[in-house]
Amino acid sequence: MIHIQHLNKSYKTAAGSIPVLQDINLHISKGDIFGIIGFSGAGKSTLIRCLNRLEEPDSGTIRIAGKVITELEEKELRQARQKIGMIFQQFNLLDAKTVYQNVAFPLEVAGYRKAFIREQVRAMLDLVQLSDKEDVYPFQLSGGQKQRVGIARALVNQPDLLLSDEATSALDPQTTYSILELLKEINRQLKLTIVLITHELDVLQHVCNNMAVLEKGRIVETGSVDKFFLYPQSDTAKRFVHIIDHYREKRNVWEGAGAGI
Amino acid sequence: MNDDLIDLLWKGLLETLYMVFWSSLFALVMGIILGVTLVVTEKGGIYPAPAVNKAIGTIINGVRSLPLIILIVLLLPLSRLIVGTTLGPTAAIVSLSIGAAPFLSRIIENSLKEVSAGKIEAAISVGATPFTIIFRVLIPEALPALVRGITIGIIGIMEFSAVAGAIGAGGLGSLAIRFGYQRFREDVLISTVILIILLVQIFQWSGDSIAKSIVKKRYKFE
Repeated sequence: MIHIQHLNKSYKTAAGSIPVLQDINLHISKGDIFGIIGFSGAGKSTLIRCLNRLEEPDSGTIRIAGKVITELEEKELRQARQKIGMIFQQFNLLDAKTVYQNVAFPLEVAGYRKAFIREQVRAMLDLVQLSDKEDVYPFQLSGGQKQRVGIARALVNQPDLLLSDEATSALDPQTTYSILELLKEINRQLKLTIVLITHELDVLQHVCNNMAVLEKGRIVETGSVDKFFLYPQSDTAKRFVHIIDHYREKRNVWEGAGAGI
Repeated sequence: MNDDLIDLLWKGLLETLYMVFWSSLFALVMGIILGVTLVVTEKGGIYPAPAVNKAIGTIINGVRSLPLIILIVLLLPLSRLIVGTTLGPTAAIVSLSIGAAPFLSRIIENSLKEVSAGKIEAAISVGATPFTIIFRVLIPEALPALVRGITIGIIGIMEFSAVAGAIGAGGLGSLAIRFGYQRFREDVLISTVILIILLVQIFQWSGDSIAKSIVKKRYKFE
């Protein structure tokens, strides 16, 4: 589904160029929910934004569903983007448009007929359980509801791939859980590939099958989520999983001493 | 009260409204085109073109740095070319439009820049063209700020028109200078001042109401 080869990206500043992504190689299979984890500044956001070229990589190739994304011209790129949905930490809904209009926007951009749009938008709002909010403006919605609209907008044009840029980081744990459940449901129902970046282990453990660890712009570990938790290899992974080990030890000590919780 | 006062004021008022209306319209068209171009072509904009951006920015700053009265004098030949005369309200429209357009462009530029980068990225991520982003995202999202800014712009044009009145443009400004000041007609002076103040209040109130109704529609709790 996604092949990334030798991807490099650096930011040019007055002080010189700062590498953000260095020789990224990654393969993500169709239908997978793939997590990319890393600390702040590791380059996660830049990496996911390279996939639909919100950021232009310096070199390397990205292939998505057979298309070499990195070689597309403006017009082809816009068409490719119609088949790559994206959701954001800050939701990025349009305040001037109602829930219905927000979700309809990608289909209008794609030039579909009104009747078709209505059908698709209604179906999508049904899926994210916001059918009763059609004519409401985003301002009136809770964070979780806003992200549901974001998801509906990202999926309404039936993309092959959904990119999630810290989509649950602005939400409380309860809401995060319900959004993650929704993503899992969508992955199952629509056979949709999902790539998400996060700094929360919870998110990773809850929805992802496979994952990569990003550290200072390099991928230092890839594999199944189970492997990550059981046998963390990289420094970053160890630091993430450390806290779990800490409590496991604590429990052993407690149980050894015959204390209850 | 002199019988001619009402006639004078009525004629002055109509001339002022005429100048403000057409100057605002032309200045707005130019201002929107320039303001949108500035935002779109800036570095990191939706259609970056640094050279175009810089050129427009420089011209705008150049025009804005001239005192209005000098600008009007400079533009007299252009007025003659377009409307055939350098006197009267119609001639003033040429100078007022060109004088106010750079001011309006900056106001419009600032309003559009308030739209968060995230919203624009969301539109880019669904494959929208720059054209669609400008008309379906940028302008609608910035609308309340745009209306407020344009209100300031129109009131500015109203003030400009009074200044232009001093050098033959007609309107309330001209009335205040020619009758109130040069012919010692205090009744004319005071009445024009009151009229100008009322006009500005009405413009401000209308702009505020429109902006408020947009905000209320989008940001209300039920």
